[in-house]
Amino acid sequence: MQQLQLLGRNTLALISGLGRAVIVLLSALLHTPNPRKGLPLLFAQLYSVGVMSLVIIVVSGGFIGMVLALQGYTILVGYGAEASLGPMVALSLLRELGPVVSALLFAGRAGSALTAEIGLMKATEQLSSLEMMAVDPLRRVIAPRFWAGFISLPLLAAIFSMVGIFGAHLVGVDWLGVDGGTFWSVMQDQVDFNKDILNGIIKSVVFAFVITWIAVYKGYDCEPTSEGISRATTATVVQSSLLVLALDFILTALMFA
Amino acid sequence: MKDMMSKKVELMVGFFVALGIAALLMLSLKVANSGISGNGDSYNLLAKFDNIGGLKVRSPIKVGGVVVGRVSDITLDNEDYTPVVTLKIYKEYSRFSEATSVSILTSGLLGEQYVGLQPGFIDDSLETLQPGDYIEDTKPALVLEELIGQFLFSQGSGDE
Repeated sequence: MQQLQLLGRNTLALISGLGRAVIVLLSALLHTPNPRKGLPLLFAQLYSVGVMSLVIIVVSGGFIGMVLALQGYTILVGYGAEASLGPMVALSLLRELGPVVSALLFAGRAGSALTAEIGLMKATEQLSSLEMMAVDPLRRVIAPRFWAGFISLPLLAAIFSMVGIFGAHLVGVDWLGVDGGTFWSVMQDQVDFNKDILNGIIKSVVFAFVITWIAVYKGYDCEPTSEGISRATTATVVQSSLLVLALDFILTALMFA
Repeated sequence: MKDMMSKKVELMVGFFVALGIAALLMLSLKVANSGISGNGDSYNLLAKFDNIGGLKVRSPIKVGGVVVGRVSDITLDNEDYTPVVTLKIYKEYSRFSEATSVSILTSGLLGEQYVGLQPGFIDDSLETLQPGDYIEDTKPALVLEELIGQFLFSQGSGDE
């Protein structure tokens, strides 16, 4: 009996949480934008969400490209097919690793920061003070953070893939001696703009939407205590990472199967 | 002070967005599409083949395994409809004689196709190839299906 009641309570909490998340998103986004006030806020958030994530994205993209080239080369050379190293690296980066790994890093680096920042604003009653001054915190605080994450992640994923391909070039061509022209020409032959690059961008747009939505909602909805903020931050990283991986499978099945 | 800060923020954001767009552009131009980047001085030779197989623009040109240039263009001759391959060869290898022959080879069983140059002997009676000259002696790419067809045909005729 008690188990059943627990199940019911959790289901109700889940549904009402989803409803609150949708309300937060819609009321933050559905209003006429005011470029004169909104743009400086957006730029400040683009700086803290996008520019500050640049270093971790570039470094991990480079290393992942280098590892891919090294692993791919040792396997492909057994078949005498090391000419296919270029397309192997480019396709795995553009289709999967670029969008997914940058989304996971983004959830850890920027998503957690967003949740903690908004949660602390709530705990110190800055959000209530804004409301007291007739400033809508959803428009003033949530909306620019959401748009900044939404714009940043696709750009970060593109930078990740590009740096990864150059890392693979460094290892494959300059170190292991795959022919440079073959590396690029076979890659260009195999990579299709619509099928590979555009689908990768669509993936990272979806991931950006999910991660920033979860991050701002968890911060806005958290319990205004230090423990509540820590729980909300953990939930942001865990839930958005799991959702990214699950959505990636669904999107891949829709796009490439 | 506040103005300085927002200027710096705007500058960094501009840099970030420009970098992201540059990455997208580079991915779509360099990774998905072809763009020839010349490195060093080079000159062009032309060669007509009956069949180029899977040769591609930017495929390497080799003499005895050493890369001496790249394929820069592949077109179809408008009069006799045979493929014309433009060979972009580095300036430092500029003394190929008229007796040079060229063939399309495959690296390994499944590998990429490349252009193999056989430099002919150099003699007083033979001139060296000038930029824009056609190499007369060409061997087309081997197409596996044709080879198998020929083999089956010769087997069949041998029985009779």
